[in-house]
Amino acid sequence: MIHIRKYYYGDFGESGSGETTTNNKKNIAPANNTTGHDWPLWEVFIRSKQGLDHKHMGSLHAADAQMAIENARDVYTRRMEGVSIWVVESQHIHASNPDEAESLYDPANDKAYRHPTFYDLPDEVKHM
Amino acid sequence: METNSKSPVSNSQFLIPNSLITYTLHLADNALILGHRDSEWCGHGPVLEQDIAITNISLDLIGQARNFYQYAAQLTGENATEDTLAYLRDAREFKNCLLAELPNGDWAVTVLRQFFFSAYQYLLYQQLQHSSDTQLAAIAEKALKEVTYHLRWSSEWVIRLGDGTSQSHQRILNAIEDLWMFTGELFKPADYEMEATSKGFGVNVETLKKDWLQNVKTVFEEATLPVPDENAWMQTGGKTGRHTEHLGFILADMQFLQRTYPGCEW
Repeated sequence: MIHIRKYYYGDFGESGSGETTTNNKKNIAPANNTTGHDWPLWEVFIRSKQGLDHKHMGSLHAADAQMAIENARDVYTRRMEGVSIWVVESQHIHASNPDEAESLYDPANDKAYRHPTFYDLPDEVKHM
Repeated sequence: METNSKSPVSNSQFLIPNSLITYTLHLADNALILGHRDSEWCGHGPVLEQDIAITNISLDLIGQARNFYQYAAQLTGENATEDTLAYLRDAREFKNCLLAELPNGDWAVTVLRQFFFSAYQYLLYQQLQHSSDTQLAAIAEKALKEVTYHLRWSSEWVIRLGDGTSQSHQRILNAIEDLWMFTGELFKPADYEMEATSKGFGVNVETLKKDWLQNVKTVFEEATLPVPDENAWMQTGGKTGRHTEHLGFILADMQFLQRTYPGCEW
């Protein structure tokens, strides 16, 4: 029987061990069950000067999106790390279930032909 | 006091000042004292992220103070350094506005004090970057970017608290009550400021008041806060060395090490 269920950020512990006990049925997992205050958790993505994409830097607490961006600026760009910031409330991130890792990722193991290593790249092509 | 003779900075230079030195010290003292106040939040912020935010602002201000002190030391000559100016002057020689030295109070007092001051500093540095004195102009231009952020950060906090819960609204109302009487001094020029204006290197702070009030009104309106009477009675004195009792305690804290172990380094 395939168990279909939506998983959210925070459903799995830090280790990603996926402790999916059956009585732990949160329909929508609020990621803000932290101690201290009840501001929601936000994930921070920052694009560096050299980078072309936003990279996940970490998370922080903030009352709203504006505050999250400013907090991210203060916490994650103090040493000239970035030129652009994205934030998203952690509860909006859907996550894959580590228990399904075998069926999700293992099938790609023996398919070397999917890697573009058999092509010669022209010098003009950058950012590959 | 006989210890005065040991000070590398002789008192006479502050009693009979070159207006450029005095004006630069005034700018430096404002930044240092408010920066020191903000730094008192380090490790005590309401949440980790805001602890870092207020400490960043504090470091920005202390950085500005260093630039101004280094310039003032260079102008003063003799053995003056940024450290002698920050650590070896007494309260009466400090020329910061009273607003900068007021205690942190609760978070509402701290963010409102920052908002009032940053709104002023923003307008001030905008003008100062066109100063005829290239060094002051350069420091102002560099600092303006930081102050723009301080203003934005503090404005949003005033709106957040004013338009927040009944408790946050009441707290920011109390803060307005406490701080409003210290805002008038910002726009009342001391003698050295008037001289600085007439010589072209300083800013006429009287002309900043209109824009400052407009900024306060805009933010207060969004924060659902009443704007107090701009003609209310205002405290003055800080710019000419007549301070509240709080400054002495700040200096005792800040200057203790250099006073007790002169020249101490680590």
